[in-house]
Amino acid sequence: MDEYILELNHITKIFPGVKALQDVNFQLKRGEIHALMGENGAGKSTFIKVITGVHQPEEGTMKLDGQPVQFKSTRDSQEAGIVCIYQHSTAYPDLSVTENIFLGHEITKGKMKALQWKEMHAKAQELLDRLGADIDSRASMGTLSVAQQQLVEIAKALSSQARIIIMDEPTAALTKRESEELYEYTEKLREGGASIIFISHRFEDMYRLADRVTVLRDAQYIGTWDVDAISNEDMIIAMVGREIKQLFPKRKIEIGEEILKVEKLGRTGYFKDISFDVKKGEIVALTGLVGAGRSEVAETIFGIAQPSEGTIYVDGKEVKVKSPTDATCAGLGLLPEDRQKQALILDWEISKNIGLGNMDRFRDGPWYNKTKESKTAQELAEKMAVKASSIYDKASSLSGGNQQKVVVAKALTSNLKLIIMDEPTKGVDVGAKAAIYEIMGELAEQGYGILLISSEMPEVLGMADRIIVMKSGRITAEFKSEEANQEKILEAAMLGE
Amino acid sequence: MSKMATLNKRTNVELDRSVLEHKLDPKKFFLQWEWLLVIILVVILIINGSISDYFRGTQVLDATMNFMDKGFMVLAMVFVILLGEIDISVGSTAALCSVIMAIAYNAGMPMELSMVLCLAVGLGCGYINGILIAKCKELPSMIITLATMTIYRGIAYIILEDQASGGFPEWFQYLSWGYVGPIPFSLLMFIILAVVFGLLLHKSVFGRQVYAMGNNETTSRYSGIKVNRNKIIIFTLMGLMAGACALFLTSRMASTRPNVAQGYELDVIAMVVLGGVSTAGGKGNMLGAILAVFIVGYLRYGLGLINISAQVMMIIIGLLLIGSVLASNFLLNKPKALPKK
Repeated sequence: MDEYILELNHITKIFPGVKALQDVNFQLKRGEIHALMGENGAGKSTFIKVITGVHQPEEGTMKLDGQPVQFKSTRDSQEAGIVCIYQHSTAYPDLSVTENIFLGHEITKGKMKALQWKEMHAKAQELLDRLGADIDSRASMGTLSVAQQQLVEIAKALSSQARIIIMDEPTAALTKRESEELYEYTEKLREGGASIIFISHRFEDMYRLADRVTVLRDAQYIGTWDVDAISNEDMIIAMVGREIKQLFPKRKIEIGEEILKVEKLGRTGYFKDISFDVKKGEIVALTGLVGAGRSEVAETIFGIAQPSEGTIYVDGKEVKVKSPTDATCAGLGLLPEDRQKQALILDWEISKNIGLGNMDRFRDGPWYNKTKESKTAQELAEKMAVKASSIYDKASSLSGGNQQKVVVAKALTSNLKLIIMDEPTKGVDVGAKAAIYEIMGELAEQGYGILLISSEMPEVLGMADRIIVMKSGRITAEFKSEEANQEKILEAAMLGE
Repeated sequence: MSKMATLNKRTNVELDRSVLEHKLDPKKFFLQWEWLLVIILVVILIINGSISDYFRGTQVLDATMNFMDKGFMVLAMVFVILLGEIDISVGSTAALCSVIMAIAYNAGMPMELSMVLCLAVGLGCGYINGILIAKCKELPSMIITLATMTIYRGIAYIILEDQASGGFPEWFQYLSWGYVGPIPFSLLMFIILAVVFGLLLHKSVFGRQVYAMGNNETTSRYSGIKVNRNKIIIFTLMGLMAGACALFLTSRMASTRPNVAQGYELDVIAMVVLGGVSTAGGKGNMLGAILAVFIVGYLRYGLGLINISAQVMMIIIGLLLIGSVLASNFLLNKPKALPKK
């Protein structure tokens, strides 16, 4: 018998315009727990989708039990005994636990395929009991906690006799105690004979569970190590250690007086005790892992959601921001994280999208002045160097980077003092990234304060004057840019208490 | 791949400034849904004329008296559907307005004041719809107005029971039977209001916000549009127009019952959709809906001339609706060719 149950060699996956995976190698030993680690966007999710047959790779081979295989769909991979437990539960909340477990491979009898509920309930209960989980198989899925739902997913994997189980960031939404329990269940799965791929960006998970670890970065294969043989520092370097190119045209800017000050800001269930300030011409980065509460802080400052405690000051005066309109009036602007859903109307022309930023500016009494809008839009779009044939092109026809430029132009129609940029370079290619950084620097030079929310280390290190790190809704560290480095930030984001 | 290629080619293209000056593209201009509606309308008018010798000159204008009441509701319904919402309580609202007006007049209130009350009741009903829809985000407007539809109609029945009420002053009939020159007063009112609503939708800041909300509510909220306030305004306006409909409807029939305007909501929504307004929100315009008012109105009138029964009429209008929606998808949603150069 082969040493490896699953082997992938030289996998390359190309999406239109992006190499999502480049020459990735991966070997899974029988009965091992193998951690797959990497930053957000490193290609972990794409990689498991290649394994499960959601995506077909352009190049490379996959071997199962030493035999070459090609999965055309998840059905193929399931039949081969590969099951994936996704990060976001794919369960049906209104169906019972049993129904969720047996969905797709129900126990039936006779020609009419009559469903054998009694048998299924009993079997489901047995599986859950075997895991030691205190869950009633007749309860509806939606009444369970996230951790319990994950257990049901694990039971489902057991019921389908999976040989390879992939767990996609299972601990991301769990508390520490729930994570501990999950480790135990995972061990049980292994004892039951399954081989496990465990995806995470938490070091804790890796040290507690895994035998070996493979690291991906920027869609590339970095290496595979025995967990015992790699130090914390080496891991961090492996995960983020790219060279920072001259991507960041950081300018020397005189930093002026304070624009925004946030004091003890909190929103129940999301974040607590958030205090910081941003000065004129300053770029302050708010960083941390996804789910640390950064976007929620931004939304609260911008008035999308209401804080449960704390105060916001603009220019030293307390402001109550009840809506985005209030925020804009106070001089605060937001470039939302999801450009396409929160910042643009894709079916509209560039000009109309820019006008949307501040309709009052293009108002003649009750009437909307389209000529004024077009003129301003043309001016701003030229300033931002939006690449399009004209300002009457639809926003949907633009690339991600150009869409972002339109969003910036839209924000600039208002009279702002501070711009919050939530992941401004997400899904944007390197060339457009540089252009956005250029714009960011320019805005700072013109005296805007900028609050940059980003999980991209190089961006944070390259652009920010000050770096604030959040973990689980709290600030865990603050650095001046000269004293910060990737290791320190990552440590505060992952381990900081 | 070809999309990428065009994007790459564009990197060296400057934003074309010339587009700021001239905009009318004749090809685009004639490829509009409204032209098809105009053709359908003309065909219906010709057929009507050929089956009845009386369908000439002023008679063509007089025929509008039969359906102008619905027209008023269409004007506001365009806004509602552009938001991606719907209001099926409008028929019931009109009935409640009409019944309260009749009761108030017969209880001794001057007719003028009763008419104001009629509009006010419509306004109130619409406001309640608006508040519920803005505040109960989990509930779609379809469900909320389904509930208020039965509630408003129920109140109308409680007030008047299953009776008729009328005895309005002679001059009240002028609303729907009077003329200004050769033009029926109701038609004139409709035209004036249509212009007002058209300007509001297509030229005002408010109208622009309505289109933005219908296309993407989240983006609209992030862009500082007062989403809830606008929804409440639009549903209130819808109620007000249901009140206006009640005025003209009651005037035309000279009396009222709690079951008047039954099924009006369906006709009104059909007119708006036939007019090319997308139920998904954000797409369509006032002109199309106005043309559709006349299409459905004249079609019903013509079918009446040749004694088609009401049931068959419903089938024909249903078919027209499906046919037109299919045609609009076929005509207007076909994938655009990629730019050649």
